[in-house]
Amino acid sequence: MALDRWIALVLLGICLIYGYTAWFTMDGSLAPFMRRNPIWPSTFPKVLSVLGIVASMIILLGFEKAEPKTPDIDYRKLGEYKLGQAIGLLVLMVAYALCLRPLGFLFSTAAFLVLGSFILGERKWHIMIPVAVTATMIVWYLVQQVLGIFLRPLPSMFGV
Amino acid sequence: MLEGLLIGLHTAFSIKNLLMVIGGCLIGTFIGMLPGLGPMSIIAIMIPVAISMGDASAALILLAGVYYGAIFGGSTSSILLNAPGVAGTVASSFDGYPMAKKGKAGKALTVAAIASFCGGTIGALLLMIFAPMLSSVALLFHSSEYFALMVVGLSAIAAFAGTGQVTKALMMTVLGLILATVGEGALFNMPRFTMGLMDLQSGFGFITLAMAMFALPEALFLVLKPNRASTDDGGEIKDLRITAKEAKSIAPVIGRQSLQGFFIGVLPGAGATIASFLGYAVERNIATKSEQDEFGKGSVKGLAAPETANNAACTGSFVPLLTLGIPGSGTTAILLGALIALNVSPGPRLMIDNPQVFWAVIVSMYIGNFILLILNLPLIPYIAKVLLIPRNYLIPFILFFTLMGAYIGQNNATELLLLVGFGICATALKFADYPLAPLLIGFILGGMLEDNFSRSMQLYDGVAFVWERPMTLGLLVLAVILVILPSYRARRARARAAGVADGD
Repeated sequence: MALDRWIALVLLGICLIYGYTAWFTMDGSLAPFMRRNPIWPSTFPKVLSVLGIVASMIILLGFEKAEPKTPDIDYRKLGEYKLGQAIGLLVLMVAYALCLRPLGFLFSTAAFLVLGSFILGERKWHIMIPVAVTATMIVWYLVQQVLGIFLRPLPSMFGV
Repeated sequence: MLEGLLIGLHTAFSIKNLLMVIGGCLIGTFIGMLPGLGPMSIIAIMIPVAISMGDASAALILLAGVYYGAIFGGSTSSILLNAPGVAGTVASSFDGYPMAKKGKAGKALTVAAIASFCGGTIGALLLMIFAPMLSSVALLFHSSEYFALMVVGLSAIAAFAGTGQVTKALMMTVLGLILATVGEGALFNMPRFTMGLMDLQSGFGFITLAMAMFALPEALFLVLKPNRASTDDGGEIKDLRITAKEAKSIAPVIGRQSLQGFFIGVLPGAGATIASFLGYAVERNIATKSEQDEFGKGSVKGLAAPETANNAACTGSFVPLLTLGIPGSGTTAILLGALIALNVSPGPRLMIDNPQVFWAVIVSMYIGNFILLILNLPLIPYIAKVLLIPRNYLIPFILFFTLMGAYIGQNNATELLLLVGFGICATALKFADYPLAPLLIGFILGGMLEDNFSRSMQLYDGVAFVWERPMTLGLLVLAVILVILPSYRARRARARAAGVADGD
């Protein structure tokens, strides 16, 4: 089964769970006076769940024929691409999300930029570090001073 | 109209807004030139900056400038490197790249710039004429018509998705609408589908979703397949002048394609990509035999046609956004989100409530096109240097700006995790050839669609509004036809291919 139909199966599952919530569990907590309304909070989701289930079934059962075309990246040969680098960068992004508050903006960002180039295969430390640090400082200055949005610069143990 | 134009001139010609146009065009050209980064990613990255300025006209002027700049930058990289940064400029590389290979890169860029300028300017002129007309009609609409109109818009986007793609586009639209129901709605003080998580109480952030749908997958694709863009240089950029003969031959092309491109751009779901391909095909078909042989080998006409059409279409796509508040493309959907964040609701009342926003945008379109012609063209040889930045440095920065955009919007680190999660899902969807723009359009329209639906339900105490208001019924029937027609036609084409005679 091709990837698009697997995805349709996942989407069908999502729509079924969504539909179950909308049709059966959501109305339980509705206040009595709201039950007299022609529209309930669950009305629109009910319609959507039906539409979603129908559409995902059509894709899943292959009713609509599409001409095969050569995609930009063929997922069947994913191993031939630089998958490791992509996953490495995704992990780095998650790490950045988790470190941004505790370690502060300046350190996290500089580390993110340096490690990002490192994952992509760059080894010229004497260029990477100055570029990352300068860019971090500039962005911090622009966001904090020019746009006026607070970004905690230093690790949280230093107060601020 | 004259009065409005004066308001627009007054607003747009302040020092601040002029700087916004210039800055937006330059930033757009700069980033649009990088292969793989489309206008949607760039605008998504620029939104936090625009929103934090707090001035709706300035923000929209900046974003519109970025939009034109990105399209222009995309055509530059199509011509110089045969690496279109944007789907809308793929057709420009058919003839632009051969011209550059013949050593006429400078001439090709000039033709592209003039064609874009004319397309954009004529498009802005048409916008100025048609938008007020359309919005005076739209003032007669009730919430039930709005609901129906949005359904038409969403189904048109699915219908124009291409053969074999209609159901997928429809599925993505529904998924976008489903995502929009998460959180607390305006009409009901009740959290829905939050799974008990406090972070989902306010729903998903639209910037987060925009970044995850466009910027992140594009960056990941760049990582996965580094040599996606062929990097053999199209030659040195010199001799930017064109001859009078060439100018004469492209003039009718520009005239025709400005009109055609604009009206294609107005249709929801069509937009710059379809306009440019169609423009190229039409011009090739009506050219003389000797000119037809030139197409694909460096024809000036073949370059001018898609360039004019895509710029006119970009302008055209502003018509439904500014008059009805319904975006027809991913880019205008992002602009709509930004406007709502700035407390301006686009729609027929925009021209009455915020005339300065409406007219300033139109005036800034002229200024933006003018700036692209006089400022960007001479600077292109220098801006093209951005293509030399090694990808090892470029990609971490792109990822960082996506993260920053999502963080600044919400000031919440959970948003970053959501961004990565949605980004992975979006990349999988992109692998399986699901279109992502309908999802975002569905998400942005979802709230308004439900509000208008609920309001009509309350006014008519049920679904009676569907048959009691003829206009609503008509629009909904149109929506159904739009969705069914492509699959019916595909079926008939298959039947004909199989040798079965069809009814008519």
